[in-house]
Amino acid sequence: MKGRDVITVLDFSRSEVERVFEETDAMQRALERGERLDVLRGFVMATAFFEPSTRTKLSFQTAMLRLGGSCIDLPPEELSSRAKGESFADTIRMLDAYADVIVVRHRLEGAARFAAEIAAHPVINGGDGTRDHPTQAMIDLYTVRKALGRIDGLVYGVLGDLRYGRAARSFILALTLFNPKKIYLISPPQLASRPEIIERIRERSIEYEEVRSLHEVISELDVLYVTRVQRERFPDPMEYEKVRGSYRVTAESLKGAKPNLVVLHPLPRVDELAYDVDATQHAWYFRQASFGVPLRMALLKLILRG
Amino acid sequence: MERELRVSKIAEGTVIDHIDAGRALYVLKMLGLTGSEGLTIAVVMNVPSKKLGRKDIVKVEGVILRGDQVSKIALIAPSATINIIRNYEVVEKVKVSVPPLVEGLLRCANPSCITNQAGEPVRSRFHVVSVRPLRLRCEYCGAELSHEDVVSQLVGGRE
Repeated sequence: MKGRDVITVLDFSRSEVERVFEETDAMQRALERGERLDVLRGFVMATAFFEPSTRTKLSFQTAMLRLGGSCIDLPPEELSSRAKGESFADTIRMLDAYADVIVVRHRLEGAARFAAEIAAHPVINGGDGTRDHPTQAMIDLYTVRKALGRIDGLVYGVLGDLRYGRAARSFILALTLFNPKKIYLISPPQLASRPEIIERIRERSIEYEEVRSLHEVISELDVLYVTRVQRERFPDPMEYEKVRGSYRVTAESLKGAKPNLVVLHPLPRVDELAYDVDATQHAWYFRQASFGVPLRMALLKLILRG
Repeated sequence: MERELRVSKIAEGTVIDHIDAGRALYVLKMLGLTGSEGLTIAVVMNVPSKKLGRKDIVKVEGVILRGDQVSKIALIAPSATINIIRNYEVVEKVKVSVPPLVEGLLRCANPSCITNQAGEPVRSRFHVVSVRPLRLRCEYCGAELSHEDVVSQLVGGRE
C-alpha cells in the first residue's frame, strides 16, 4: 500500500481494507497500552481543508502526532495566499513540496483526484463535495467488525440523504466490497441513491431494497447507518415537515429492533438522531468516532512505510 | 436494382459510411458544414444496411478529415467508416472507434465538478462506460453524459 493515494474506497480491494483493519487493531492496542510510537518520526503530513471539519482533520492530525510524525495545516482562506487568488492546483503543488502526504477536503467533486494527479506524494481524500469520504467508510466498517465480529452476512439499513451525503454514499460503496446479506436504502424519493450506486450494488449481486421509512424494516436490521435529511434539500418546507418523522431515529423508533442492532452515524448530528438513543445498547457512534484515530494511524503507516 | 439509390462518385474527398440512421445531419453540423461553403455534399439517410438495419451516408467533395474530427464522429456515429477518396479511388478506409478515454473534448455536466472550476489547469476526462447506448463517466466526479448530452455539446444543441 506504500505510496498509494486514497481517493475513493473502491480504490481498495477487500483484502486491502482488511489489512487496514488488522493494522488498526494493532494501533488500537498500542493506544490502550499507552505506548509511545515513533514509526513516522521525520514524516510531515499536510492538511488542506477547504471546507469545515472537526473530526476528520483533528483525527488525522492526532493520528500523525501519535505515530511521531509532524503536521502542517493550510491556514483559512483569508489568512493564506488563496485570498490573493492562488489556484487549488498551485496550493497542492506547494504542499507537495513541503509534506510527505496530503489530506484534502474540498467542496468540489473530483478535487482530491485532481490533487493526486498534481502531487507526487500520496493524497488522501478527506471528503470531496457530495462524492467520496473513503476513510470515513473504512471507520464505519471497522466499527461494524468491532461490534458484531464480521461485516459479511448482515442486514444493513442506510438512512437519510443517500443522494447528496458523501458519508452514506461511501458507506454503501464500501459495503459492496464485502458480502452483506441485504442493504435497505431508506430515504425520501428525492434523496434516493444515485443510479451509479444502484448499478454498483447490482453488479456485485447484492440484495437491496429502497424503502421510504425506517419503521418498515427496523426489526430486520443488524446495522443502521443514520445520516441527516437536510431541510434545504426540499423546495417545499411542508414536504420536509411531512417526511422528517420517518427519518428521525429515537429510542422509541428502535423498539422492535434486534437486541444487538448497531446504530452508526458519521457525526455531526443535528436532530436526526435523538439524545435518548445514546443511553441504549445500540449507540455505537461515539466509539465509531473514536476509531477515527487508530484507523487513520494504520492508514498513514501503511501509506508512508508500507 | 431499379430502385437503388445512386450518388455519383467523387474525385477527392471523404465518404462517411455506416452512420447510425438519422444522425447524418449531426455529423455535418459537427464538421461545421452548412452547405454555404460551396462544397459538393451528398447526404443519404435511412437507407437499408446489412450491418445496421438502416444507415446514413455523407459524402463531402474536397474535404479530407483530420484526426480530431474523426474521433468526434466516433462519439456520434460509433459504427462509421471513413473513406478517404483521391482520384476517384478509396486510398484510406478507417473504421472509427470510440476511444476508452475522451479527454479535453467534452464538458462535465456537473457544475460542482473540479473540471468546471475556472482558473484551474484541469482538462475534462471521461471514461467510456458503454458505446451503445453511449455513456461516458467523468473520471473526476463520476457524473455521466448520455448520447444526447454528447450530441448537444458537439453540435451545439439538438435540432
